Amino acid sequence: MSSRALRQPLVLRITSATFLAVWCLVAAFPIFWIMVMSFKSPVDAFSSNPLNVIFGPSTRAGGNGLSLLDIIFGIIVIWATVRIATKKLPGMVEAYSPAGQKWVGWVIGGLALVLGFLVTFFAILPAILDVLNPMLGPLGRDIIGLTTEHYKTVWVERGFSNNFKNSMIVTTGVVVVSLTFGTLAGYGLARSGSRLAFAILITALIFRALPHSVLVAGYLPVFISSSEWLAPILGENAPTLYGKPFAVIAVLVAINQPFTIWMLRSFFQNIPAELDEAARVDGCSHFQAFRRVIMPVMWPGVITTGLFSFLLGYNDFLVTSLLLDAQNQTMVPAIAGMFSRETTTTDQVVAVAAAVSITAPLFFLVMLFQRQIVSGLTAGAVKG
Amino acid sequence: MNFKTFAAFVGPSVIMMILFIAFPLASVLKQSFYNTKPIYETVEVESCSPGFPDQICVTEKKSVPKLDDEGNIIETTEFVGLQSYSNVLELERAWNAVKTDGLIALQSIDFWKALRFTLTFTLITLPLVLAGGLGIALMINNATSAIKGPVIFLSLLPFIITPVIGALSINWLFRGDGILTAFIEWYLGRDVSLFAQAWTIELLMMLYRVWHVAPFAGIVFYAGLQTVNTDALESAVIDGASRWQRLKYVVIPHLTPLIVFVSMIHLMDSYRVFEEVVGFSSQGYVISLQWLTYDFLVPDQAGNRSVSRASASAMITMIGIAILLVPLLRRTWNDHKGGH
Repeated sequence: MSSRALRQPLVLRITSATFLAVWCLVAAFPIFWIMVMSFKSPVDAFSSNPLNVIFGPSTRAGGNGLSLLDIIFGIIVIWATVRIATKKLPGMVEAYSPAGQKWVGWVIGGLALVLGFLVTFFAILPAILDVLNPMLGPLGRDIIGLTTEHYKTVWVERGFSNNFKNSMIVTTGVVVVSLTFGTLAGYGLARSGSRLAFAILITALIFRALPHSVLVAGYLPVFISSSEWLAPILGENAPTLYGKPFAVIAVLVAINQPFTIWMLRSFFQNIPAELDEAARVDGCSHFQAFRRVIMPVMWPGVITTGLFSFLLGYNDFLVTSLLLDAQNQTMVPAIAGMFSRETTTTDQVVAVAAAVSITAPLFFLVMLFQRQIVSGLTAGAVKG
Repeated sequence: MNFKTFAAFVGPSVIMMILFIAFPLASVLKQSFYNTKPIYETVEVESCSPGFPDQICVTEKKSVPKLDDEGNIIETTEFVGLQSYSNVLELERAWNAVKTDGLIALQSIDFWKALRFTLTFTLITLPLVLAGGLGIALMINNATSAIKGPVIFLSLLPFIITPVIGALSINWLFRGDGILTAFIEWYLGRDVSLFAQAWTIELLMMLYRVWHVAPFAGIVFYAGLQTVNTDALESAVIDGASRWQRLKYVVIPHLTPLIVFVSMIHLMDSYRVFEEVVGFSSQGYVISLQWLTYDFLVPDQAGNRSVSRASASAMITMIGIAILLVPLLRRTWNDHKGGH
């Protein structure tokens, strides 16, 4: 493929590689750094000397730290887990899962692996190392300060697990509902060249550009007074929609819907129309054709769209902070509140730990679904 | 596909959008012309304090909200016309300020301050995102295929991170004696405080936004680079085109549709700039249009939300969106006509 005419001189290649390395550093540094900060005592975390932040002398002085031995053993366990996940697990899933239900095997296998890792890493390993460390002298002395107390504060004392639960309810709801509505609409729009279909798509495009605050300004008064205007229909038990997760799910689904139908439409357009036409010739109705012929081949597009719906629900601040009350609060508004209210450095580090807790799932998401995310980013673009 | 089936497939989604997007829009438009407020009544209150030899009594008139039988505040909604709009725009005050102190004086009025920031933010980040994205795409394209995967993985991180959290993480690097502020201070040899004046905060916000969006542009452009015609590039080499000329006359024209696409998305998104204000907690110095609406909607200390002002400010924000959308819609329209 690459021809000699296009070969680049060494200098250019080195410059390009250098800039690439700089970019990778820039891209990853802030995230890496807040992760490091979240494990240190406040004095270390906000120290102006980077070495202090990394090695954490005052955290170490507080008796929390890792010795060389801890680090080596930790790396071995992580490495072994990765080896099992990439080399052993696929084979075992292949061998033991029931035919045609491979995803069940993956779910069970994945859960078993995660559980095994957690037990080994957080229960067995510390127990062994507690015995080994004092016996080995210099090898067993702490060299890096590390404490998990901020995570304990966040998740146990500040009730962050409740926010996590709310986030999960909202995002799951958003993903499921917007995909159900979106696949139907996307398929309909992809298979119809009518003027109406085009009008709907254009309207959706306009809706996509709306600032979310505009919509929230429309919902708020209606939601707050909903028990009054719903009373004639639902009687005494009419709910106040303000503060309810399901109301927020509906709002986020609607906000996300324009994007969802554009994206799914472009995926459905890639599935040849001959496929469902053949099914129709064989006597299927449109819905049967959709269910029997299209559904089995649509999953890559649906998964990709689902990922972006997940991100929208998970990352949202504006809608959730205005429409949910304190006890149903999701993670992002909760931490923004934590950050702006608290002023001592301990509270700041606790907020950092909360921020890292929010980011960690996204990190694994990219790791697992990198290809789908990339294909989603380019799907809308390449076809215009 | 006949209309009935089409309606069955698309209907639920359309109803959802009408119910949750079109309807709120209409209601925002209506709210912006009405104002809901408690009814006040004036009552005479006699308050006495102990004194010598007699009590000292003062009678004063107070306006208190009227209560109904159950003790709730009675509210009325009345048509106020364009009053909410003028409350947001504060045209008269703005005009007086401009007359006496020049354009800089507009900075003291929330709406104009927000508008100024939103526009500068949008226009400055756009070229940076495009250039950054193109750079990233070219570098990834240049890299050996073994490291492409990990590099794309790292590049996706800033894009995928929760915006508020991303802004916060940049904030923590710079706030107070944060690690990067310490570095700048060491480099310049003097004290720097990046959160004490508006322009440095704006600079950090733009920096954050470019960091957040450039990977998206980069990956879209990288996908486009895969389809560049190698024959065209080779003939350019034979014709003696330099590397720069090849980029300018072959690669960039090929990427033009993608550049338009990324610009449109970026214009829409950065016009809605909001999370940065929260993440940098910069409301004392820098605010954006969407933040203004948000702030009207957040209950004040007395628990009141100024919904009508929020609606007015939202409608004004929409005008900007409408202007942004015209070229995009024309392009889609032309594509559609070309495609059929």
